[in-house]
Amino acid sequence: MIFAVVRTHLARLRRDRAAFVLAFVVPIVFFSIFAGLFGSSRGGGARRISVAVVDEDGSENSRRLVAALKAEKGLSVVSGTIPKGSRSQTPFDRASAEAAVREGNVPLALIIPKDFGRTPIRFGASARRPKLELLADSSDPVAPQVVSGLLQGIVATAMPEAMARTGMEEIDRWGGGLTAEQRAKMEENLRVLRDRTASVTPAGGAAAAGLVDVQVRDILGETKKNPTSALLAAGLGVMFLLFSAAGAGGALIEEAESGTLDRILSTRVSMGRLLLGKVAYLSAVAVTQLVVMFVWGELFFGLELHRHIPGFLIMTVATAVACSCFGLVLAALSRSRIQLVALSNLLILAMSALGGSMVPRYLLSETIQKFGLVTLNAWAIDGFMKVFWRDEPIVNLWPQVAALLAGSLLLFAAARRLARRWDVA
Amino acid sequence: MTESLPLEVRDVSKAFAGRKALDGVTFEIFPGEILGLLGPNGAGKTTPVRGVAGRVLQDSGGLSLFGLSPADSGARALRGWVPQEIALYPLLSPRENLWTFGRYQGLEGQALETAIVANLDWAGLSDRADERTDRLSGGMKRRLNIAAGTIHGPRLLLLDEPTVGVDPQSRERIYEMIGELKARSVSLLYTTHYMEEAERLCDRIAIIDHGRIIASGTRDALVRQTLGAAQTVSIETELAIPADVREALTKFGATVDGTKVQASVEDPAVQIREFLEIFHAKGIGIRDLALKSATLEQVFLHLTGRELRE
Repeated sequence: MIFAVVRTHLARLRRDRAAFVLAFVVPIVFFSIFAGLFGSSRGGGARRISVAVVDEDGSENSRRLVAALKAEKGLSVVSGTIPKGSRSQTPFDRASAEAAVREGNVPLALIIPKDFGRTPIRFGASARRPKLELLADSSDPVAPQVVSGLLQGIVATAMPEAMARTGMEEIDRWGGGLTAEQRAKMEENLRVLRDRTASVTPAGGAAAAGLVDVQVRDILGETKKNPTSALLAAGLGVMFLLFSAAGAGGALIEEAESGTLDRILSTRVSMGRLLLGKVAYLSAVAVTQLVVMFVWGELFFGLELHRHIPGFLIMTVATAVACSCFGLVLAALSRSRIQLVALSNLLILAMSALGGSMVPRYLLSETIQKFGLVTLNAWAIDGFMKVFWRDEPIVNLWPQVAALLAGSLLLFAAARRLARRWDVA
Repeated sequence: MTESLPLEVRDVSKAFAGRKALDGVTFEIFPGEILGLLGPNGAGKTTPVRGVAGRVLQDSGGLSLFGLSPADSGARALRGWVPQEIALYPLLSPRENLWTFGRYQGLEGQALETAIVANLDWAGLSDRADERTDRLSGGMKRRLNIAAGTIHGPRLLLLDEPTVGVDPQSRERIYEMIGELKARSVSLLYTTHYMEEAERLCDRIAIIDHGRIIASGTRDALVRQTLGAAQTVSIETELAIPADVREALTKFGATVDGTKVQASVEDPAVQIREFLEIFHAKGIGIRDLALKSATLEQVFLHLTGRELRE
């Protein structure tokens, strides 16, 4: 009897292609996507953290530090910007580097202060201890910690002569004083060490904690009540909007199956108008969903919606329209409700993984981050982050709004084309 | 200048994936007329209806509604379509469904409200107007399906098997609704595979089989053209019919089976009297006697060699 049950369901599974895909293909696809996102062995490469570097000191030591930073594999050092209409790079100063962080062009800016080169390294707490300043965008909380650690190691290996000199001074101070002969010999060796290291490219090496003071300043999150809530609300909001639009778009399949669609198309309503009406409906529902979600975020999770209403509304409408058009494409592509469920699970989860709804994109390699821009999630999340995180003016939302609206147009055109199967037979 | 007919279908052919669904179909509907398209399942009744509804494009031939192409916006306003399926929104109420299809047909404001109230009343659904449609009985859904196709007051209504799966009581109510449409001079194209329905409702009948119209005309004309003026007399005797009587009866063209006799008669008054005299002479009592006109079923059987099956 049990065998009969098993056999019956196996036969059903074999003939139900959507269930088959859900059972076997979707897990493989997702394993591949996540392995691709986080595995560095093939394609994409490991994640490199971009750092804007401002050398206010201009000393030999500070230049050597910058060179060492550039040689570090885990970092991508940006020294300046290329202004519009110019071909040459303008080096960063403190203000322009801070602006670059605020605008999200780089997650970090390292300021090497004046006089850093004189005493770049100190052992233990000291008033003369040099302070490197790290201006951070804590929407990526990993980057400042990684770079702080890397700096300790880089400083140690990039400036062995400075380290040795500091050591000599400490011995001089605590060891009862060096003789003139010892001091002269040490100076000579330090000169040799400096000359030798000037031509050697540092390899990073082990971190020597506490050699330099790194002061991290969270220039974006310092005034925010709950820095992570905006990222979460935007990421999850877009993903659920896509699911919700795909589900609601399934009404088109039900209308086709029940004969209602045929009946509608025999009235004065054309397919184009019908689809436009559906986009309008789906968008209105999506806008309401996002409003409810963000109001909830404001009430219970410190998301400062009241301070960002215009930008929020612009991004909400653009995102809602794009997600609605996407839902319509899935519905027009699917032959049945079951197919729609399989297809939407596959595509929406993949888009959400790539586009930053599941995992922040800053954790992914640069290549994957760029590839993620093919998803609606990435553009929507970037736009919401500009509004809620960077407090950018509304006009700065134009790339995200333009991308979402262009995507909407393309998706609508695709939905209309796919819906031709319901046109006159 | 002559006024265009509500519907003209001229030599229309249509194939789906190489299979011919219509093969040179021609018929027309005159103002206020009900034309029945009678045929078994799969005969090709629905395809011309969908063509007139603008949902199927013919491969060849011509199709016009009041002189307009089915896709023309004027034709959309003049035409109403009641599909075979219950093509309604199940979660909406009858009132909301009628509002939806009224709006889709361009009605608005007071005209729409008036049409909704009138159609709910016409379909006998006024007291269930605000319930969910999926909670109505099968007959009620069928009536609402018809009302949704007539909400905008079409001059030509396409009814595709509107009584399928309906109980006798609801079927009678639907017949009444169709009678009221006829009284309003609405022209109707009515597809069915129920012979009685076609005989009762339709002014003219076109019999369709394998995508071709094999005969058309009034019910009487179809019978006369196909089977002549003959009627069928059936007699059942109290005793088995002996061989000599059987022989006498077969001379009159009768068939005998045990106690049952059946014969085609053109002059019933004379021929029935002759049969009865034979039985009387042999002392054979009569248990039952019936005289029937030929049916469309017989017409279809005669034309195709097959029964008009359901």
